[in-house]
Amino acid sequence: MLLIEIKDNTCDFCGCCVGVCPEDAIALQEARIDIIEERCTNCAKCVWACPFEALIFHRPVREAAS
Amino acid sequence: MKDRYDVLVVGAGPAGSTVARLVAREGFSVLLLEKDRDVGTPVRCGEAVSNRSLESIVDVDPRWIAATIRRFRLVAPDGSCVEPDLGGHGYVLERRLFDYDLARMAVDAGAELRTKAYVDGLLADGGEYRGVTISLNGERRTVGARIIVGADGVESRVGRWAGIDTTTPFRDMECCAQMTLADVDMEEDACEFHFGTAVAPMGYLWIFPKGHRTANIGVGVSGAAAKHKSPIRYLNEFVARRFPRAGILTTVAGGVPCAATLEDIVRGNVVLVGDAAHQVNPMSGGGITSGMHAARMAAEAIAGALRAGDLRLLAAYPKEWQRSHGAKHRTYHRMKEAVYRFPDERLNAIAAGVLALAPEQRTIWGVFRVALMKHPALVWDMAKTFGFSAFH
Repeated sequence: MLLIEIKDNTCDFCGCCVGVCPEDAIALQEARIDIIEERCTNCAKCVWACPFEALIFHRPVREAAS
Repeated sequence: MKDRYDVLVVGAGPAGSTVARLVAREGFSVLLLEKDRDVGTPVRCGEAVSNRSLESIVDVDPRWIAATIRRFRLVAPDGSCVEPDLGGHGYVLERRLFDYDLARMAVDAGAELRTKAYVDGLLADGGEYRGVTISLNGERRTVGARIIVGADGVESRVGRWAGIDTTTPFRDMECCAQMTLADVDMEEDACEFHFGTAVAPMGYLWIFPKGHRTANIGVGVSGAAAKHKSPIRYLNEFVARRFPRAGILTTVAGGVPCAATLEDIVRGNVVLVGDAAHQVNPMSGGGITSGMHAARMAAEAIAGALRAGDLRLLAAYPKEWQRSHGAKHRTYHRMKEAVYRFPDERLNAIAAGVLALAPEQRTIWGVFRVALMKHPALVWDMAKTFGFSAFH
């Protein structure tokens, strides 16, 4: 499950996140950016590297013990 | 636009446009592709270069130069300033004009150029690649090429598609936020570099004048520091303190791959140049002229390989790069790692140590000698790489 979200109005499309992504899981066009869910391992390096805090890591909600 | 070219260059920055120009000049067909709508914007760069390095690779048009820099001011965390003599001068470029002109010169030399051309994959053909898939103004198509040049910057995806691991190690990525400010009070011939954990941990903050009371100001910090506090916060705080009344003309993000040099920059018929090949000086973060010098080496190897019909001749390019820049960049990278670990008190002590030197010894080498006093192995390393004369 993808835990990383990109805030549309904050991203500057600079490619810093693409450069640190070990899985080649981010596709960046001029003003469009997509995380490729099948490749993303939620390692969060992109979130930490973003100069503008445009990426958010949503911590997984732990399922109630059954 | 044709279906097939001798050489296809992905990315019209300084390195890509230089490869395109020099290969086209030799009479080969070249297609240069830029994903953005404009060549040259947005400017994700501090725009400073040394005059000697730039003049040795291209005839400099005065229109490219926003300011000529004669003084380099290093500011320690406690505010003390050191102005080492670099033995030359610098330029702050107007990169929107510079990049635009380099691309135009490539076209004048015979290359074709397209903007809004987004390359999203390579066409595999055995161990080689026969072309790329692109989205051109939103329309999908393929273009064939004998040689594909990845000049796609910090993202460096072309290399990855060819099987080269171009991921920038997280710690080596300098994560940057920058602004162009208007109505700033500063000397128009002095570049400032600010250091310390409060302004730019594991990196630096720059203020480069661009004439007419404008300046390029930015912060670059390692990913390892950006993780705790983002570059835009450091920049906003500094600007509010130092230039509270300045107007903000641009606000831009960027990443600079300050890694030790990449060994693997040619794979089959795929060639990497510039930031995509991690050819940035890892100490300064400067990559304009090193990328262009690499582009010239790559263009010579490409023309040679095409003329002989033998891709193995591309190997001349990595060999020449390693000889001319690779070893130096590896040393710069080790120096950067050492400097990253300096606490603020150490940086203050270095400034005090340099200020205690006789004025004629206050060169950039003098700064390094004082800085690395407790690292004899690194001083030896530097001496071997840059020549012992640097230390006299």
